Amino acid sequence: MARIHLDQIRHSYLASPSAEDDWALKRLDLEWRDGGAYALLGPSGCGKTTLLNIISGLLQPTEGRVVFDGTDMTEVPPEARNIAQVFQFPVIYDTMTVYDNLAFPLRNRGMEERGVDARVREIADMLDLTETLGNRAAGLTADGKQKISLGRGLVRSDVNVIMFDEPLTVIDPHLKWVLRSKLKELHQRIARTMIYVTHDQTEALTFADRVVVMHEGQVVQSGTPVELFEKPQHTFVGHFIGSPGMNVLPCMIDSGKCYFAGAEIKTSNTVSAGSKDTAYEIGIRPEFVKLSRKGIAVEIVKVADAGRYRIVEAQRDGHTIRLLAKEDAEVPGRGTAHVSFDPGHTQIYANGWLA
Amino acid sequence: MIRKTTNQKGWLFVAPVVLLVAFNAVIPLMTVVNYSIQETFGDNVFFFEGVKWFEEVLHSERFHAALMRQLAFTGMILAIEVPLGVAIALAMPRKGPWVSVCLVLMALPLLIPWNVVGAMWNIFALPDIGLLGRTINALGIDYNFTRQPGSAWFTLILMDVWHWTSLVVLLAYAGLSSIPDAFYQAAKIDGAGAWAIFRYIQLPKMKRVLTIAILLRFMDSFMIYTEPFVLTGGGPGNSTTLLSIDLVKIALGQFDLGPAAAMSLIYFLIILLLSWVFYTLMTRNEAN
Repeated sequence: MARIHLDQIRHSYLASPSAEDDWALKRLDLEWRDGGAYALLGPSGCGKTTLLNIISGLLQPTEGRVVFDGTDMTEVPPEARNIAQVFQFPVIYDTMTVYDNLAFPLRNRGMEERGVDARVREIADMLDLTETLGNRAAGLTADGKQKISLGRGLVRSDVNVIMFDEPLTVIDPHLKWVLRSKLKELHQRIARTMIYVTHDQTEALTFADRVVVMHEGQVVQSGTPVELFEKPQHTFVGHFIGSPGMNVLPCMIDSGKCYFAGAEIKTSNTVSAGSKDTAYEIGIRPEFVKLSRKGIAVEIVKVADAGRYRIVEAQRDGHTIRLLAKEDAEVPGRGTAHVSFDPGHTQIYANGWLA
Repeated sequence: MIRKTTNQKGWLFVAPVVLLVAFNAVIPLMTVVNYSIQETFGDNVFFFEGVKWFEEVLHSERFHAALMRQLAFTGMILAIEVPLGVAIALAMPRKGPWVSVCLVLMALPLLIPWNVVGAMWNIFALPDIGLLGRTINALGIDYNFTRQPGSAWFTLILMDVWHWTSLVVLLAYAGLSSIPDAFYQAAKIDGAGAWAIFRYIQLPKMKRVLTIAILLRFMDSFMIYTEPFVLTGGGPGNSTTLLSIDLVKIALGQFDLGPAAAMSLIYFLIILLLSWVFYTLMTRNEAN
């Protein structure tokens, strides 16, 4: 159990990084509360796994410190950090039984057999593995194997943090849901810090209390799922989370007012005076764009049925605006229409960041 | 339910292979069977002898001695080459420019023709002019592989280890390379030591290729002929006369075709039986 602080961490896989792009992980300072359920979300290659490996100690950061409860752990090897990690592809010891797999981390640490037995049975019960304890681990299905690798982490009572590196990749779709609920349930039961790495927003938003969104080696936002949805700090977050993602439209700032396509747009935040070197954009989620009598004239180009609602794709001056229309709402198939933006959910972004 | 369909046209595809195997394996083998139950004095005159030659071979002390030498040779080279090969594979780099250097160096002995290997070692080990022979004698050890059976065996084993350990290394290395990094990382987090990593990750992942390596080395070493023939010619005396060398002596030296044919068949059946035993022992765990 520990509060984890990543103190001014920076990492590069190159020997002597010079350009900004040489850093796989740009400078960041993050704190993980003890017992929290976190998700690390971002597209492939954004530095999620690098960050995870720095916490687990499989990787030494080029700069900065890893601090567990005030103790500097930067130089401490993974086996001494008391962490557990579940990998993308299930790692099991083929020749051992399920029981021996679960007992392995305890036996390696010289725990006496009676204690091992009690822990293994407790964890097996938690993961519904009791019936298979005597079986050879190699014969299990992918989700069973993934449970074993999770179990090997849980079995140690002193684990500081359990990390998951896209653990559901090889699991069948109908079992993903089951395993994900199991994780959530386990988190509530054992109250350990869990960090869940994924590029799937559904997995991240359903698992975590707090989601850390990464993009090109940077943390762009860290917040609750609701915050990420309603107040994206960066256009990338708006785009990456939500389906379809946030509309991002270029706008002009003139004496504290914001204009798009010649019309003034009311927004929740304001920029007093626009600077010439800055690119300003407005961001609005499709959920908050309405078809209306008046407003900005647009050309509807596509209407896609997504079940309970329809996704309407419209264009104005070459910029695409998507909006969601209820199933029963009247949507003109093609041609000109007018849309209006909900001012409370329209934000101005300067160079990608919330102004 | 799987429904089987019969398609007689399939035989057309198999026929060429059947024909080829018949000509290069089945027919020669049947010729040997033919010789093994008859006596001939040349001129294509044959007399039926039944199982007489088989009885003779199985009761001959000469055959027993050669078989013992053969078993000792194969046992020794397996006991040395397999652990040594695994150890070298473990010590080899996994990444970087040295990988290809090591692989090429390892493959070199395998590319040398067998009789050349024998000739090389013959000269290398000569006590008067060979580098190895002179060095050993210079250390104060009396070494002469053309006169002392012990020296001859030492040279023979050393030559085979030099020639064939690479095969085990290459196969074991292939097995090791197929282990994803996550296994090592998980083992590290689980607090596994070097021995536990070897025992529970590397060895199980190498098992399949090692099974193949052991089988190949067993069969090849049991049939070895060229290298010992060139190195020692079976001597001094009969001390390094392995089964194949003895067989050639009977068949071509003494022209006893009947006993030689019977011995060939017994020899063949021993290899078949031992290969089966090895294979069954090594794969029995996978079945359950």
